[in-house]
Amino acid sequence: MRNMPWTSLGIIAAMLFMAVFAPVLTDHSPIDQSLAKKLLPPVWEEGGSTKYLLGTDIFGRDVLTRLFYGARVSMIVTAMALLVGGGVGLLLGIVSGYVGGRVDTLLMRLVDAALAFPTILFALLLAVTMGQGLRTIVIAISLLLWARFARVVRGEVLAVKQRDFIALARVHGCSPARIMMVHVLPNVLNTFMVLLTLHVGVVIVAEASLSFLGAGVPPPTPSWGLMVAEGRGKISSAWWLSIIPGIAITLVVLAFNLFGDWLRDRLDPKLRQL
Amino acid sequence: MRRYILQRLWQGLILLVLVTTIVFFLGRLTGNPADMMLPEDATAEDREDLIQKLGLDGPLSEQFFLFIGRAVQGDLGDSIRYRQPAVDTFFSRLPNTLLMVPGAMLLAIVMAIPLGVLSALYRGSLVDRVSGAIAVLGIATPNFWLGILLIFVFSVKLGWLPSARMGGVAHYVLPTITLGTFLVAGFMRLIRSSMLEILDSEFVKLARIKGLSEATVVWKHCLRNALIPVLTLWGVFMGGLVTGAIVTETVFAWPGIGRLTYEAVIFRDYPLLEAVIIMDAVLILFINLVVDILYAYVDPRIRLAD
Amino acid sequence: MNGDLVLDVRDLHTHFFLRRGVVKAVDGVSFSLRRGEVLGLVGESGCGKSVTALSLLRLLPKPAARTVKGEIVLDGEDILPKSDREMRQIRGRKIAMILQDPQTSLNPVFTVGDQIREALAKYFQGPPGSIMARAIDVLRRVKVAAPEQRIHQYPHQMSGGMKQRVVGAIAISCEPQVMIADEPTTSLDVTIQLQYLRLLKELQEATDMALLFITHDFGVVAKMCDRVAVMYAGRIVESGTVRQVFDKPAHPYTQALIASVPRMKAQVGRLHTIEGQPPEFSNLPPGCRFAPRCALADERCHATYPAQFTVGEGHTADCWRLEETA
Repeated sequence: MRNMPWTSLGIIAAMLFMAVFAPVLTDHSPIDQSLAKKLLPPVWEEGGSTKYLLGTDIFGRDVLTRLFYGARVSMIVTAMALLVGGGVGLLLGIVSGYVGGRVDTLLMRLVDAALAFPTILFALLLAVTMGQGLRTIVIAISLLLWARFARVVRGEVLAVKQRDFIALARVHGCSPARIMMVHVLPNVLNTFMVLLTLHVGVVIVAEASLSFLGAGVPPPTPSWGLMVAEGRGKISSAWWLSIIPGIAITLVVLAFNLFGDWLRDRLDPKLRQL
Repeated sequence: MRRYILQRLWQGLILLVLVTTIVFFLGRLTGNPADMMLPEDATAEDREDLIQKLGLDGPLSEQFFLFIGRAVQGDLGDSIRYRQPAVDTFFSRLPNTLLMVPGAMLLAIVMAIPLGVLSALYRGSLVDRVSGAIAVLGIATPNFWLGILLIFVFSVKLGWLPSARMGGVAHYVLPTITLGTFLVAGFMRLIRSSMLEILDSEFVKLARIKGLSEATVVWKHCLRNALIPVLTLWGVFMGGLVTGAIVTETVFAWPGIGRLTYEAVIFRDYPLLEAVIIMDAVLILFINLVVDILYAYVDPRIRLAD
Repeated sequence: MNGDLVLDVRDLHTHFFLRRGVVKAVDGVSFSLRRGEVLGLVGESGCGKSVTALSLLRLLPKPAARTVKGEIVLDGEDILPKSDREMRQIRGRKIAMILQDPQTSLNPVFTVGDQIREALAKYFQGPPGSIMARAIDVLRRVKVAAPEQRIHQYPHQMSGGMKQRVVGAIAISCEPQVMIADEPTTSLDVTIQLQYLRLLKELQEATDMALLFITHDFGVVAKMCDRVAVMYAGRIVESGTVRQVFDKPAHPYTQALIASVPRMKAQVGRLHTIEGQPPEFSNLPPGCRFAPRCALADERCHATYPAQFTVGEGHTADCWRLEETA
């Protein structure tokens, strides 16, 4: 318990808290407009009000409220993208590593190609053709993740494959599918967990970037990236619209990165190459 | 060395074909692009018209071969917004990007090498910790926000630097810093870790035994070996560079291909987006090849093989 | 053989300052080397031989290790108090070293010629071609065939044996007075080991260098060395000429080591080994460090470190058993 990254955990906990309890923490609506109240500065500046602690945006929506609900969006997108992308990567990594041979070669070539190419471009393409929405962005970000997961998991599987209990399982006549699910999978879960935490930051930034570019979560749903984009035009008169959500993103990503590093050092230091 | 280069070229071409195929099918399988481009009040007739015009009628396989056929001749469709061949639009904007991106890379290299080397040499010292903090922050800060923050501080508040578009030297400063930051963070960590490994090698010990000065040992013997992983891991940076370029150009309204990508997305200019992605793949192939050649040249183990 | 004293090491103490405590890797070591003489420093892995060598070159890993006491008199001067800058003038010129693993001793991105010339350029000036000529010449001296071609090659293009010759070339290039060879043949193919040792001996005889030969292999000592010092757990326990130590080993550890070298012609039932392990450096016994493994140890051996006893002319050993006979 000594060296735990308390600050990082604190920030993460705070974000989760905001995300889960958003409706309780604020009684403003994140999407209702109120043009009378537009562009109010944060409470500590002249003209600010305690009712809108961090000010309001061009549609009169409370920034703090949107920050809370934005946390929610980030969390949902992140969880789903990690599940889908990470899950696919995990499965493919296990199959590729265990089965080996041509399947392995082919899959790894694909992984190489995927890693060599900026997947954001496909994400943008998807946004244009499938339209914006949760489904699109989850798929888009999953495209980014699967290759990284697949490669690392495959490496682990290659090591696990050598262990004696796998040979024993084969001797007992277990089918490859069963061996993979029952024997290999639990032994790579450690690595998988670490990978998940290490990539939370990447996913959050990816979602924010896509939303910023207009290819992520569609308005009026609040997303921190979208908030930064919307505030961009007013940077000279209403700085809080872009700056504050950006600070939130940076802090949360920083916290997750540091926590992920700590977890990796504890559970699986050989991943340090990442 | 020749075999190595040919191999890389071959791999690059396969990647290009793969990307083109994916772009083609991704667009057409997830929905009809025509629907994305039609205005709200379009009639069924308008839709049919557009579909025909875009060549979206007919079986998919037929479309594919038509597409490939045209692509090889350099025709990737016309941009809806600009009403000209997409490839032309791409090349007209490319020079602007090529003016900015190398600057960012140069900045990154110039900063990352000394910081990385010093962090490794004086491990645990103030330099190391500060550099480490910069690296961690650099990776966590979203590129687009950094740009906006810089605009806010240096343009709005201090009025020192312009905030958008191309122009004189002053216009280059902020975009270069924005794009360069994440590169610096990545390079620096890499150089640091590879230096640390190399500093422990036997040949370094021998160099010291020969009586060479510490400076010679570090900057001549170690650094050259330490830079090799930067080249081999270049592919990883490439992806981030492209994303960074798109975002940075958007923030600073820089008229390059990054911004062009953004425009294609915002205006749902599907043919243009398709074309940009494929051209990006070509560009990436080209740059990767250059890096590979550089790597083969720098590492005599590759240079002299075959 | 009775040349001038070139290297005189007196009461050398080198400690490692680690988080778990202080490790006294070299704990009061003294020996000397004369011009033209080969001294073997023998002992098991971990006894402190390599650390001794690094201490002589003042190349200990900072800040973990430091020579805390003693004198290293090289060519009449104590080099311990010298600054880094001054040491750099001495390294490569007065004292040189060959490392164990040829695969990693050479920088992979520079040619062999570059690395040799780098060493030469430090100390020799001359017209442009002369350094290259010297380098080729030095390669020839270490019996590398076609040195004019080889000099432009990269390390990865050479075999292990050849690389080790290059390392040897670099070491002798500036004509040092003292050469340290730290297990130079351990990583080489058995078939090449003998060749390399012969080369080393030839070079040493031709230049009258003083050679400190570090090894764990007593068989090699017999071939190469004039005198030998046996090291155990940071201290030298016996020292004398090779003849003396082989014929009449005085210290039980030496006796055990010599007995472990299988003889070609004798009938060997079971290979002789020494029971037990060397002590942990953080947990050294107060008395003789070999006592826990020694068949002849008694209470005094365990309690007090033995004094040094003279067994013959120039032949000493630290063992209480010798008190009666010395």
